[in-house]
Amino acid sequence: MVTTVTSFGRSGVFDWLYQRVTAVVLLAYTLFIVGFIFLSDDFGYESWSALFDQRWMRIFSLVALLSTVAHAWIGLWSVVTDYITNRMMGPKATTLRVLAQVVLGALAVIYAVWGIEILWGV
Amino acid sequence: MLKVSIYRYNPETDKAPYMQDYEFDTQGKDLMVLDVLELLKAEDPTLAFRRSCREGVCGSDGMNISGRNGLACTTPLSEAAPKGKLVLRPLPGLPVIRDLVVDMEQFYEQYKKIEPYLQNDTPAPAIERLQSPEDREKLDGLYECILCACCSSACPSFWWNPDKFIGPAGLLQAYRFLADSRDTATDERLAGLDDPFSVFRCHGIQNCVNVCPKGLNPTRAIGHIRNMLLARAV
Repeated sequence: MVTTVTSFGRSGVFDWLYQRVTAVVLLAYTLFIVGFIFLSDDFGYESWSALFDQRWMRIFSLVALLSTVAHAWIGLWSVVTDYITNRMMGPKATTLRVLAQVVLGALAVIYAVWGIEILWGV
Repeated sequence: MLKVSIYRYNPETDKAPYMQDYEFDTQGKDLMVLDVLELLKAEDPTLAFRRSCREGVCGSDGMNISGRNGLACTTPLSEAAPKGKLVLRPLPGLPVIRDLVVDMEQFYEQYKKIEPYLQNDTPAPAIERLQSPEDREKLDGLYECILCACCSSACPSFWWNPDKFIGPAGLLQAYRFLADSRDTATDERLAGLDDPFSVFRCHGIQNCVNVCPKGLNPTRAIGHIRNMLLARAV
């Protein structure tokens, strides 16, 4: 058993499952948005604005946004722990890895808060 | 004439590894790569490589043959050098001891982690633990692994984290014991695999399936382990 404290759910199965569930959410959201843009007859500012005025759409968007954050963290955490390792780069890799993870975490929080502000701000 | 290019490195005399070229007369025969190595070694005794059974059973002569991991003893020149050029390198990702000989320590460490032996906490029967033909069949495609390391050393996840990711060979064997009806340590085995590295560093790219000289499918075994972990966790 390898122990880690920075993986999303601290468990391999949890991260694996979460990444798949969030992928399904993102697929559904993408299909919905693309469908809305291309299949509605009167697509324009009015219909777009009316869509995002509805609470269910804001919640759906927030779920998609949080799914992006979780999905990205799990994926990028894998990338960071693959390529920035002490095995490859020596002890300085720990500092670099922590730094990369802090930057990614900060970006995730910024995007999440900013997204909520946009969704409920208009 | 066959052109053979071989990775050479003797840490006692060489500053860095280099490729040495040889010319080899196959006399029109479709030899195995190992035959070529043996005949070249007769000319150049400094050439180092591992070999033992020369029939694909012992797993000693795993190497990178013209860009693809395989056993030198079961790979014919017609497959490895169709255009008359054979390139031999050590298994990728493992430390080189000399020429084509690699240090397998990390590979065996991962194998050791999965406790590759039957564990059963019920009283031992008088003669042997019986298994139904159906249960025995579940081990087909798993027990045949010869631990040549062709799969694990073809896996990028194993290259980056050989100390944390068990790798396709180890996981195929992990499933061999998880699937065995005579083993009662299933839960303990699964508990030891439920972290983000041991199993879940597999991203399913199937290099392991592609190179396995015994035609086994570690990716499928890893999928089974994942399903068992999932069933246990949700």
